[in-house]
Amino acid sequence: MSYEPVLLKHVGCPDSQTLDYYCRHGGYRGLRNALEMSPSEVVEMVKASGLRGRGGAGFPTGLKWSFLPKDHPGPIYMCVNADESEPGTFNNRILMENDPHQVLEGIIISCYATRATTAYIYIRYEYGRCYRVLEKAISECYAAGYLGKNILGKSGFDLDVYLHRGAGAYICGEETGLIESLEGKRAWPRIKPPFPAVEGAFRKPTVVNNIETLACVTHILARGVDWFKSLGVPPDPKNPRDLGSYGPKLYCVSGHVERPGCYELPLGITAKQLIEEYAGGVWKARRAKAVIPGGLSMGFLSASELDTPLDFNGPVKAGCLGLGTAAVIVIDDETSMIDVLYNSCRFFAHESCGQCTPCREGTAWSVKILERIRRGKGTRDDLDILLEIANGIGIIPGTTICGLADGAAWPIKTALTKFREEFEDAVRKGVKSKLGQQSFSVATRSEIL
Amino acid sequence: MQQTSKNAIASPRAMGAEHVAETLQGLERFLAQLAPRYPSKQALVLPALHFVQERLRCVPIAAVEAIALHLGLHPAQVHDTMSFYGFFRTEKDPLGKHRLWVCRSLVCMLRGADAVLQTLCDRLGIAPGETTADGTITLETAECLGACEGAPCILVNDEHRLAVTCEQVATIVEELTRTAG
Repeated sequence: MSYEPVLLKHVGCPDSQTLDYYCRHGGYRGLRNALEMSPSEVVEMVKASGLRGRGGAGFPTGLKWSFLPKDHPGPIYMCVNADESEPGTFNNRILMENDPHQVLEGIIISCYATRATTAYIYIRYEYGRCYRVLEKAISECYAAGYLGKNILGKSGFDLDVYLHRGAGAYICGEETGLIESLEGKRAWPRIKPPFPAVEGAFRKPTVVNNIETLACVTHILARGVDWFKSLGVPPDPKNPRDLGSYGPKLYCVSGHVERPGCYELPLGITAKQLIEEYAGGVWKARRAKAVIPGGLSMGFLSASELDTPLDFNGPVKAGCLGLGTAAVIVIDDETSMIDVLYNSCRFFAHESCGQCTPCREGTAWSVKILERIRRGKGTRDDLDILLEIANGIGIIPGTTICGLADGAAWPIKTALTKFREEFEDAVRKGVKSKLGQQSFSVATRSEIL
Repeated sequence: MQQTSKNAIASPRAMGAEHVAETLQGLERFLAQLAPRYPSKQALVLPALHFVQERLRCVPIAAVEAIALHLGLHPAQVHDTMSFYGFFRTEKDPLGKHRLWVCRSLVCMLRGADAVLQTLCDRLGIAPGETTADGTITLETAECLGACEGAPCILVNDEHRLAVTCEQVATIVEELTRTAG
């Protein structure tokens, strides 16, 4: 497939982080276009583009903006979700590190459209380089009149952008967890409604958007709706509720492939094409056993499901939770799915915020059961208990406030249905695992005591 | 708070009484500078905790009280937030000069993180969560660091190192020891 990257076009070019470079390559053209329009026209344009959020849920961005109350006296806040923590996902980091102005332009346009006067970029602490790159880019924007008062001479268009660093918690990527964390509290997701658009940060109407989503907004304003809709997959005519999967997508490919990396392609490429044509195939001339289509919480595709198109519908049809962040993790045929699932369960148990009992207890018990299986002491009953846990936790069964538990459940469900034999075999034979061990011995311990 | 054991007394080298006092004075100025950015004072809790921990390598109870005082909160509210994030250390368990995180999530596990972590444990003579006796390096395990194209990856303070091999571990440790003075 021949496709000229847009979002990643300047990644790796010297000085790509500077305002000067960005402007020399057509930067802030989208913002100038937006300022020729009224805010509501910009919202309509983003709606018409069919842009759906790139952070995981795929909610239509323009529609999300239109939920803000009309004629609100303000302030309205924008929270930029740069808490990228879904295992396998690193596309936002690459955008922020290499092309911060592309992201900032999207933020400024989106704030113009939504009449937000303050934007907080909530960035995970681990992204120190991104933080420093953005800090510099923001000060360049203030100096050049892209931020501050009366932006680019547009009277009454004022915007401040502030960076806010997280402290290592996955749950802060959930939009209301992010807001609670921004407010200085523990990041316990809120019961919805009210949705943030009505009552969000500091009890004011708030828009929460992902970094890649905002970068897409930049290009929609610069290149137009027709360009955006020329990429990707139109709605399925047989499904009246389908909103289509338009635009470019940053696919992160990692795990057992020859060339892990971030590849920009129109939505809808199949997992197989992505792995073979772009990521150099499965490493060491092995075969894929399982592939995660969109970040750990989406669950697994089996080797026979790799023709699944990675658009907003494909992974769901193959039994996964969704497209998620489109982070593809390849697992080769020499890897134990028990080890993989153990790692997944341990992640979600560690990151459960503890607010809802089914999630806190369910994720913790899934780890204990898998530890038992890994010690060679598992039983067939354990597999049933794991499934019972997975079927009972999350917003889909209606037992939790946020979707973290659904993300914990889907790897369990898909592993135990698609790789059932391997699990049954392991408990029958009492196979012991080594990979991803929990306790590390210390060889020279005695020397320091 | 009642100190019940010897270990409970603040002990890091960086935390002389003077240094604590200096940091808390700096904190007041820092918070005054940042306050106009937020419509609530409580929003300054995370920036304040980062400010203190970057300097003192932990957040001592005196700092929790100072943050609460500046922000018009009860110390328990500050502590509630602080304890939610596994990121912050108390004075019982301060960080070393450098904090070294090894990712243990799926992609890094698939590409050899176990061996890198074991090599680091052996090299430093400590288990994950511990600090070397000379206070140079604290070793931690992390969940996905967001650099999976370079798995196994580690985070040195807040900068990624990608595709780390066991052979590189010695060099990284030496480099950190050299810059810890």
